[in-house]
Amino acid sequence: MLRDQDRIFTNLYGLQDWRLAGARARGDWDRTAAIMARGPDAIVEEMKASGLRGRGGAGFPTGMKWSFMPKQEGDRPHYLVVNADESEPGTCKDRDIMRHDPHKLIEGCLLASFAMRAHACYIYIRGEFFDEARRLQAAIDEAYEAGLIGRDACGSGWRFDLFLHRGAGAYICGEETALLESLEGKKGMPRLKPPFPAAVGLYGCPTTVNNVESIAVAPTILRRGAAWFSALGRPKNAGPKVFCISGHVEKPCNVEEELGIPLRELIERYAGGVRGGWDNLLGVIPGGASVPVIPKSICDTVLMDFDSLRDVKSGLGTAAVIVMDRSTDIIRAIARLSRFYKHESCGQCTPCREGTGWMMRVMDRMVEGRAEPEEIDTLEQVTRQVEGHTICALGDAAAWPIQGLIRHFRPVMEERIAHYKAGRTPRPMPLAAE
Amino acid sequence: MVKVTVDGIEVEVPPGSNVLQACEAAGKEIPRFCYHERLSVAGNCRMCLVEIEKAPPKPFASCAYPVADGMVVHTETPMVRAARRGVMEFLLINHPLDCPICDQGGECDLQDQALGYGMDHSRYAENKRAVKDKYLGPLVKTVMTRCIHCTRCIRFAAEVAGVPELGATSRGESMEVGTYVERALTTELSGNLIDICPVGALTSKPYAFIARSWELKKTDSIDVLDAIGANIRIDSRGPEVLRILPRVNDDVNEEWLADKSRFSLDGLKRRRLDACWVRRDGRLHRASWAEAFDAIAARLQGLPGARIGALAGNLADAESMLALKDLLASLGSFNLDCRQDGAAVDVSRRDFYTFNSGIAGVDEADALLLIGSNPRREAPLLNARIRKRWLAGRFPVAAIGPHGDLTYEVAWLGDSPRLLLDDAQAFGATLRAAKRPMLILGQGALARPDGDAVLAAAWRLAGAVGALADDWHGFNVLHTAAARVGALDLRFLPGPGGKDVAAMVGGGVDLLWLLGADEFDAARIPPDVFVVYQGHHGDRGAARADVILPGAAYTEKNATYVNTEGRVQRGFLAVNPPGEAREDWKILRAFSERIGRQLPYDDLGALRARLEQLNAVFGRPDILPRFGASDMTAPAGDPAAITDTPLRYAIADYYQTDPISRASPTMAECSALYTAPLATAAE
Repeated sequence: MLRDQDRIFTNLYGLQDWRLAGARARGDWDRTAAIMARGPDAIVEEMKASGLRGRGGAGFPTGMKWSFMPKQEGDRPHYLVVNADESEPGTCKDRDIMRHDPHKLIEGCLLASFAMRAHACYIYIRGEFFDEARRLQAAIDEAYEAGLIGRDACGSGWRFDLFLHRGAGAYICGEETALLESLEGKKGMPRLKPPFPAAVGLYGCPTTVNNVESIAVAPTILRRGAAWFSALGRPKNAGPKVFCISGHVEKPCNVEEELGIPLRELIERYAGGVRGGWDNLLGVIPGGASVPVIPKSICDTVLMDFDSLRDVKSGLGTAAVIVMDRSTDIIRAIARLSRFYKHESCGQCTPCREGTGWMMRVMDRMVEGRAEPEEIDTLEQVTRQVEGHTICALGDAAAWPIQGLIRHFRPVMEERIAHYKAGRTPRPMPLAAE
Repeated sequence: MVKVTVDGIEVEVPPGSNVLQACEAAGKEIPRFCYHERLSVAGNCRMCLVEIEKAPPKPFASCAYPVADGMVVHTETPMVRAARRGVMEFLLINHPLDCPICDQGGECDLQDQALGYGMDHSRYAENKRAVKDKYLGPLVKTVMTRCIHCTRCIRFAAEVAGVPELGATSRGESMEVGTYVERALTTELSGNLIDICPVGALTSKPYAFIARSWELKKTDSIDVLDAIGANIRIDSRGPEVLRILPRVNDDVNEEWLADKSRFSLDGLKRRRLDACWVRRDGRLHRASWAEAFDAIAARLQGLPGARIGALAGNLADAESMLALKDLLASLGSFNLDCRQDGAAVDVSRRDFYTFNSGIAGVDEADALLLIGSNPRREAPLLNARIRKRWLAGRFPVAAIGPHGDLTYEVAWLGDSPRLLLDDAQAFGATLRAAKRPMLILGQGALARPDGDAVLAAAWRLAGAVGALADDWHGFNVLHTAAARVGALDLRFLPGPGGKDVAAMVGGGVDLLWLLGADEFDAARIPPDVFVVYQGHHGDRGAARADVILPGAAYTEKNATYVNTEGRVQRGFLAVNPPGEAREDWKILRAFSERIGRQLPYDDLGALRARLEQLNAVFGRPDILPRFGASDMTAPAGDPAAITDTPLRYAIADYYQTDPISRASPTMAECSALYTAPLATAAE
């Protein structure tokens, strides 16, 4: 369990002042210039040593990502782009960071940009985050006024500009290259990789795209040291992480906890437990809408970190824990996600464009049971035809929830089909969103 | 070079190639829809998936994956086949099964590849998508339900045509390709969208429901509607030309074709001259060949050679021009001209009147000055080439002439030709700094009273800025008439003491033989001049004629043309001339026999031997060696004589430039749509 003194986001709940004065009182912007004085390479090394893995979902080591940037600024400028297009269903960590602890993010932007020799950083914020964007902009203005960023950031002599850009509400713009396209004013469609953004990114220049949380934890890591950070959590899954617990729990909440905490402990300690008790649990989507659901039998023991969840064929994703109790029509829940991915597919590449619509239509029938049992296998095959065949990961994200459903809840689907054939339609179960 | 192993075959490809190219080098056919050699890589169809060793165990889109040394690629593994089958299944679930009524049927990439990767049945039991058709103008028909979203058309419009008017609206399944504003694409290259569309979403509007591709006879030929000499394939059925498509020739048209060349073919069936006509009592009467020849022979009786003249038109082939020249020579006449527009020319050297850099030479040029030339209207394919070069970067372009949208950035220096004497203002320095500067001189700059002065001034400027070097010839004349360079090579020009076009038309001759000449004001010919019109369309010349001899259009004869570069190319007969019409050189040969001055050739081979004898270039078809400027001597003409009269372009209406396009309803529609609004706006 994370001790209070090891917490990074000390104002996660907005109980204190979010402005510069409050942030300073919590230790932000403390001797930032001294950290910068260590030099870019030392900062990147420290981040590598900390073992921080990207908090946006893929879990790629952040320090390593930073090290991919060219070591010298050539004729093209470098850019840092912060992905604040938090649209993954169930996830609301970046939102709280930006509205309650914006200076953590801003300081992180400065340090990360400095480490990657970027003089400009763009924060691409989700269009729906209107109040958050205003607050973050106010914090940026404060930082400029205080001389923390600008022509001579923190008195270090480093020129640094920070821009906030509001998105227009497309989920796909959370994919890093689609985000860059959108930032450039084009239609948000993922780019082909290679070339990777570190070589050819924003406006064709070397660019790193990081999640808000990855950037916001950087100043604390650099201040307290890599050893402190890597001592938290589990090997290869270092550090604390903000979990977003939603769904059928007594008290849905965001909470910062060490990686590797048992799922059951996380839910019971912070979210007041599953509605109706642990035994009323049906399943959990442990990392935002795109990772496969895991049934209660796995939830009993699984640890919440990248590798443990991967071992049970799910994923940590954004650590958005969506809890579903036994009242849930699991087929309908997953069908709703299929509808989401069909709606959000950008339409660029074939498998995702055509596959998401197909999967959604079959899932809609599966909800009623208006299908043949063999169609479950067809559906599974279709998800396999989408997965790994697309330009970006949205295809995978659309496929995985259905694969999780079939893997763990196939009998429910077969039963539904049998019921429909027997002329008995199931009792409709309203979903929370409806 | 990079070594790549594809299915056990080791190949070497240049660095920077993609895996797909490596696979092709190894002789492996990779199915694809979105990938096109001349467009940017989109990588969105996902059909070209291959497996790469020592990479993550998933299929990679070969079109978008760069090769690396020692890469091992597999194109036939079960994983690859399964992946491609999967993609094909996805493409087909929302593609209508309307192949029997689809004009793309038989030449459809989706059809072909479905044969290799499609299933025998569909597992998709849901409703199919239906998409509203879009309006793209009078040339391109859309059936958007068939669209597979490969975005080739979007990339073509944005990259090659330079009109970023196509795009995709909406997202995911609802994505639709269109212009959003539902207005016709403003490009002279829109027909190429039909070729690059891998399915039947974009098809030819005039050709809709006309024929199936397997019914057509395919004849390779040469386009004559501009001076580029694009390589074409004429598709015909029976006596009708139904379709004209480009052939690949990287040195000339790459694989594109301009709209006029592609869609004027309905003009080949209208207003045709299919019988002889003789004017009696002020009216034209149908006549037999013998009667027509008798009428001309009667008029020739006793006429001195100096009172006989001939004008060659813009679509004339080299063979018939030679026959006409020989015929006139036998009659003792040197009154010949091929320049209906009266353009100045100096034929003392060939590089004074050809496009010496070569069309492909544009790719190597690094600065360009256009003088009285609007290549977008005069030669859209050359314009596309210039745009391609401009897109590659570091290619300043300036122009002397009236403003126009050329689809690339142009510094407009003004419209006075005197700028040539002034070192083209500051642009002279840019040209000097360039390694391979290029000047393009349009017919608008030559077809004016001081044309020879402009020609000389342009040459001198080219010499002064270093465009005339041992290994680079940057002086270019862009012609607008397909016949022109061939005529100049034959010296179809006033001989010793001969009269030029103005003198002949102005009454300098009593018998004027028009070989398809329609581009001058026939009303200027005095009423007592006896006019023989030999040609294929009842256009301006035929209206004035006393005798009409029906000739063959370019699709109806075996003929030689020389394009603006000086490239000799041969077209072939696709269909026979209609009715009584005959190949032109044969008409002249027959007439020469009628008047007892038999031309010394009985077949095409003998005629071509005579051509080669007259000018050796005719003996080297298709090949055009690169050459530098060996002699700096300028063309005759005094640059100081240039007047301040503003330059004008040779072509005002791209869609109506010759008898064929003027007879074409499709071109008339385009002209009304594209040119008329422009003219209104300019007023």
